[in-house]
Amino acid sequence: MKREIPLLISMAAGIFVLIGFFVPHPAIRDIYDDIQGWVIIVVAFTYVLGMANLLRINTEQIQRRAKDWPYKLALVLSLIATMIVGFFFSRGSHYLDDGTGFSWIYLTFYSSMSSTMFSLLAFFIASAAFRAFRVRSVEALLLAVAALILMIGRVPIGNAIHPAIPQIADWLMEIPQNAAKRGILMGAALGVIATGFRVILGIERTYGEGGGT
Amino acid sequence: MKKFAAWILVLVLGASSTTAFGFPLKAVDTPNDKGNNVTLSWPAQPHPPEQWAVLRVEAGKTYAAIDTIGGELTSYTDETAKNGVPYQYRLAGLGAGGAGVFSEDSQPAVPEPSWFDTGKLNVFIVITLFLALVLYYIGQAQRGKQWSFRPIAGLAAIEEAIGRSTEMGKGVLYVPGVQDIDDIQTIASMIILGNVARMTAKYETPLMVPANSPAVYTVADEVVKGAYADVGRADAYRSDMVRYITSEQFAYVAAVNGMMLRERPAANLLLGAFFAESLLLAETGHETGAIQIAGTANVHQLPFFVVACDYTLIGEEYYAASAYLSKDAKLLGSLKASDTIKILLVLTIVAGCVLLTLGNHTLAEFFATQ
Repeated sequence: MKREIPLLISMAAGIFVLIGFFVPHPAIRDIYDDIQGWVIIVVAFTYVLGMANLLRINTEQIQRRAKDWPYKLALVLSLIATMIVGFFFSRGSHYLDDGTGFSWIYLTFYSSMSSTMFSLLAFFIASAAFRAFRVRSVEALLLAVAALILMIGRVPIGNAIHPAIPQIADWLMEIPQNAAKRGILMGAALGVIATGFRVILGIERTYGEGGGT
Repeated sequence: MKKFAAWILVLVLGASSTTAFGFPLKAVDTPNDKGNNVTLSWPAQPHPPEQWAVLRVEAGKTYAAIDTIGGELTSYTDETAKNGVPYQYRLAGLGAGGAGVFSEDSQPAVPEPSWFDTGKLNVFIVITLFLALVLYYIGQAQRGKQWSFRPIAGLAAIEEAIGRSTEMGKGVLYVPGVQDIDDIQTIASMIILGNVARMTAKYETPLMVPANSPAVYTVADEVVKGAYADVGRADAYRSDMVRYITSEQFAYVAAVNGMMLRERPAANLLLGAFFAESLLLAETGHETGAIQIAGTANVHQLPFFVVACDYTLIGEEYYAASAYLSKDAKLLGSLKASDTIKILLVLTIVAGCVLLTLGNHTLAEFFATQ
C-alpha cells in the first residue's frame, strides 16, 4: 500500500491536470486552479523539512569537528542571524522592504557574493572556449570556423572587414542553428509527453520504494 | 461636463428606436472560455469616432453603457456578462466625429462555458495518438516483443562512471538541476536518480545529492532511500546523502562547486534543468578531473555541457534515460511509441511544406499554435 497509494495519487492528479488543459469549463478549471494552489501549500511545508535537514547535517558535522567544519559553522551562524534579523528587526515593515535589516544583509552580502559567482562565468567561458576550439577533427573544425564567423560578424569590425561576414553570421544563426535547435526541441517535447504518460499510467516505477525493475 | 453631456446624449439616442444606425455589429459567445464572456466585432469605420460607448441590454430592460473604448478598435470582449443570459449590444460614437454614429443592434448572444477548447484540438489529436501508440507498444512489450534502439554513449557511461568511482574509492555527485519538482526535467532527473542510486547501493559507492529546492530534496531523499531498500542495502543508506542546500541559484552553485573541490567525487552527473550555472558547474567539475555526464533539455545550455563534459544527453536522450537504464519492456515500449510519433510528425511536416508550396494552408493553419 505504501507504494500503490502514491502511484494512484500521481496518476489521478496527472489525468485530472491533463483533462484540465483541454477543458475550460469552471466545473473542471476551478478544481484545476485549486490543485495548483495545493502545490504551493505542499512546497511551503517542504521548506520546514529542508531547513531541518540543513541544520541537522551541518550541526552534526560541527559537533564532530568534521573536515571543513568552520565553513558549516559560518553557514549555520549566517542562517540564524539572517532569520533573527528578518523576524525581529524589521521595525514593523515587510522583511524585504528597503531600509530593513534583512534587505541590508541581502544587498550587502548576498547580492555581492551572488554577482561575484556569476562574474566567474566570463573566465569559465574563456577556458571552455579554448578547449572547444582546438581543432582535432572535421566537426571541431566546422565548429571553430562557425564560431569565428559568428564572433566577428557580431561586432563592427566584421562589417569593416567584409559586409558579407555579418550576413553569413545571420544565416548561420537563422538557418542551420535554428534547424538543429528545433529538431532538438521537437525530440525533447516528445520526450516530455512520453515521460508524462509513463508517470500517469504508472509504468514509470523507478521512483519510490519498491520501484525496482 | 462636455463628456457627461455626450454620455447623456448617447444614452438617450441609444434608447431611442428612431435613431439611424450605420454598420453591423456581431456578438457571439466567446469560444473556448470559462463563460461570462461575449465577444463583439465590427467592421473598421472609414471615419471612426474618438471613442465608442459599448451599450448592452438584457431582455425586458433598456440599454445601458458598460464601457468606453478607443474609436480605432474593431473588437471588444464583454467580461461582465452572466452565463445563460441573452444580451444584445450596440455601439455609440463619442467625442470628435462620434455624434450620431451608431451601430446596428447585434443579434442576441448567450455566454456559456465551453466543455472543450477547440483551439487545442491539434494538441489533443497528437496526444491521443501518442497515448494510443504508447498503450499499443506496451501491449506488444508485454507479449514479449523486443526492439533494438541505437546505443546512447552517455547512458552506457553512467554505470562506467559509477564503477570508476568505486574503483577509486571516491563518491558520485548527482546534481538534479536548479528547477523545482513541478518541472518535468526535474521529475525525469528523479527517475534517473532512482537508477543511479541502485547502482551506487550495489557497488557501495558514496552518493551525494545536493538539492536546490526543499521539494526536490524531499523527493530525492525518498527516491534514494527506496533505491537502497530495493537492492537490499537499506543499511548502507545515510540520511546525509541527499541534502538541501539553498534555493538561490548562485549560492547553490558555490556550494556544489565547493563539494566538487573539497570532496573530489570521481563522477559528476549533472542531470536536470540548468541555466547560467551550467558552465560554472561543468568547468569546475572538469578541473577536478572527474568523469562528467550531463543531460538537459535546455537547448541553450547544451553547448556548455558538450564542451565541458565527457558525455552529454541531448533533449530526448535525457528523457529516454530511465527506459534505457532500467531496460524495462514497458518503458522501452513507450520509447518505441515516441519514435513512431516522431516519424509521423516528420511526415506531417513534409506534407505541410508540400501543401504550403502548392498554396494550400490548411495543414499549416491546423497545427499553428493557438
